[in-house]
Amino acid sequence: MFDAFSALTLARMQFAFTISFHFIFPAFSIGLASYLAVLEGLWLRTGRDVYLQLFKYWLKIFAITFGMGVVSGIVMAYQFGTNWAVFSDKAGPVIGPLMAYEVLTAFFLEAGFLGVMLFGLEKVGKKLHFAATCMVATGTAISAFWIIAVNSWMQTPQGYGINAQGQFFATSWLEVIFNPSMPYRLVHVLLAAYLTTAMVVGGAGAWHLLKDRRAGKTPREGTRIMFSMAMWMAALVAPLQIVAGHEHGTNTLEYQPAKISAMEGHYKSYPGGPDGGAPLILFGIPDDKAQVMRYPVEIPRIGSVILKSDIEAPMAGLDQVPPENRAPVGIVFWSFRIMVGIGMLMLLMGGWSLWARYRNTLHSDAWLHRLALVMGPTGFVAVLAGWITTEVGRQPFTVFGLLRTAESASPLAAPAVAASLIAFVVVYFAVFGVGTWFIIKLMGHEPTPGEEGPTRGDVTRTASLTPVPALDAGAALAE
Amino acid sequence: MAPNDTLSLVWAGIIALAVFGYVVMDGFDLGIGILFPWLEKGEQRNTAINTIAPVWDGNETWLVLGGGGLFAAFPLAYAVLMPAVYTPIIAMLLGLVFRGVAFEYRTRTTRLWIWDRAFAFGSMMAAFSQGVILGAILQGVTVSGRGYGGGWWDWFSPFSVLTGLSVMAGYALLGACWLIYRTENSLQDQAFALAKLTGVATLVAVVAVSLATPFLNHDYFSRWFETPGIYLSAPVPILVGVTALLFVRALRLRAQVQPFLLALALFLLSFIGLGISMFPWLVPGEVSIFEAAAPENSQFFMLIGVGIMLPIIIGYTGYAYWVFRGKVGHEGYH
Repeated sequence: MFDAFSALTLARMQFAFTISFHFIFPAFSIGLASYLAVLEGLWLRTGRDVYLQLFKYWLKIFAITFGMGVVSGIVMAYQFGTNWAVFSDKAGPVIGPLMAYEVLTAFFLEAGFLGVMLFGLEKVGKKLHFAATCMVATGTAISAFWIIAVNSWMQTPQGYGINAQGQFFATSWLEVIFNPSMPYRLVHVLLAAYLTTAMVVGGAGAWHLLKDRRAGKTPREGTRIMFSMAMWMAALVAPLQIVAGHEHGTNTLEYQPAKISAMEGHYKSYPGGPDGGAPLILFGIPDDKAQVMRYPVEIPRIGSVILKSDIEAPMAGLDQVPPENRAPVGIVFWSFRIMVGIGMLMLLMGGWSLWARYRNTLHSDAWLHRLALVMGPTGFVAVLAGWITTEVGRQPFTVFGLLRTAESASPLAAPAVAASLIAFVVVYFAVFGVGTWFIIKLMGHEPTPGEEGPTRGDVTRTASLTPVPALDAGAALAE
Repeated sequence: MAPNDTLSLVWAGIIALAVFGYVVMDGFDLGIGILFPWLEKGEQRNTAINTIAPVWDGNETWLVLGGGGLFAAFPLAYAVLMPAVYTPIIAMLLGLVFRGVAFEYRTRTTRLWIWDRAFAFGSMMAAFSQGVILGAILQGVTVSGRGYGGGWWDWFSPFSVLTGLSVMAGYALLGACWLIYRTENSLQDQAFALAKLTGVATLVAVVAVSLATPFLNHDYFSRWFETPGIYLSAPVPILVGVTALLFVRALRLRAQVQPFLLALALFLLSFIGLGISMFPWLVPGEVSIFEAAAPENSQFFMLIGVGIMLPIIIGYTGYAYWVFRGKVGHEGYH
């Protein structure tokens, strides 16, 4: 079945698959680590047991998420070399050190304090334990800082030279790290991680609110608090994220205009002037072959307003970009719309929750809870759609404008790449599918007083908490 | 010596340290996985896992530092070697996936046997692959231009299978000695028995690899058996012999910590032996550390980071080990 694909295509598929799968976990654990730090901080400050309950409840989920993030992350450290050897040779001197800094300042920090965070509360005492939690949370954010610097440099490279061997080298590390798109991308990604976590926490809270309502029970305090906290996050961060996303887009227009053309579906240039501003194409079917947008649903001239704050501003289209430098519009156009659409829904939910809070129906508005439940996994979809937009939008380059994707790959043999791709797909779906199932199972019980933290080897006790072994569908999946 | 050459030497040292750090820390951790089938279900396995649960994640970070460091400091070697050992690298990564998730999963599942097997199988696969990678690099890699020029099965040879099995034996030894150090009662008794077996296996492996290596190519041979190389290399096998004797004595005396330290010494000596064979090559006979070096300012920029961060990392890693020190029971940490 892989005859139709070249080794290069397979290598791209493999990277897209392993990186997408990997990023799901940090997108959650970055936000969750901060949430755990907040919960533990609240517990230490107020002494209320409910915060400790919530802390232990989410800590178990964090442990699984983090484990999956680590093992899928180690894979990434080697994907560059196995499949993208030429890229590694050429870009290694610039991005390698940034990734080494990520290992030194973030990975060790997270890993070093994770054990204490998961199992050390009784051993080291509250304050030191809180410090460990904060270290892990800080580590996740530092990790984001470095890897976003790497990715952003590949998008908007600066501060480099090229030596006789064709390798990039840094002329200014500050310029390399704080390249033009880096601050925008970092803020956008961190906010996305917080929103993703808020959606999951809110979804779990909403599930229990709905279940308790159906059973005629009053929801537990922990459930109410976590739902309320998640809705605050949605209400406050969703609008911020839309502003940040807009700023990021403006930055992209300046440095990668071809990507914006693809995102907006602007095949043709718009001359500007009183009647010549670019439309905002809401939907349509991009046709790369003919380079036209089929069946466009558009609002005239609003494109210019959004991107350039000027209704008469001209807008360059893909016709200004040499054909061999154009990204595939279909993927970029649609993934961008999925991300923005979900963002708008988050904004709507945040606003609704404020209204419900004002009317004192936050914990009784069943339709709000239903929406929150459906929104639970959407953060992940939005994050992946966003990454697909920016990564596919950078094509056909790995280092934008400088190094082509086709010239970055290892001297690969298609069968070897195909075999490893199949292995990754099978193993990831089986292994991470089971992990996701465990997380869903954990979220299926309500946070209760006397909540247990993560346990180690002591399996028998935990197993007795789940008395129906036959229902372990996750394990059945792996059989 | 040009300043860049000095820097390259320093970086070769740092990467060697990271790899050795990895072997020291994740070795016993993978070794416990390899020994898993020989531990009793239930209590013994739970206790064994308990001794490494809080630290395994930090241990594996050294592998990322080794790979990342090679990528950053010697990108050319990384670019040549990774495609050359493509298959064992992927196998190692998938092995690590299985064993890594098993830590958490086995406390959540009601079908324990699946994740116990995943833990054992993943650990064995990762250890075997690491040995194969080592053997594949030692036996030589075809280079064309600035890339790998060989085929997709070049890594596979009797020698690389031998090194694969050797690393498994060595890690199992480290795992057994770690269990001696950290556990008591029946599990410790079992660990002593396993340490004896894996100790013998490891020594056989060290001898076999040492005998085979010089015959892979003439350069290795002259380093080990001709003057002046022999003055540098001769003490290594002698020290291996001494270490082996001390190890036997430590087991007989049922010493608690000594077997682990002596097993580590054995690894250190083997590592030095490898250094004697390899230096200054990253790809034997093809790419030296000086040719593969990243531009000076890349290496220098990272050196600052390593200089500041490595002592801090060692400090808090030590702290994490200290928090979970002492003999471990099967009840788990709460």
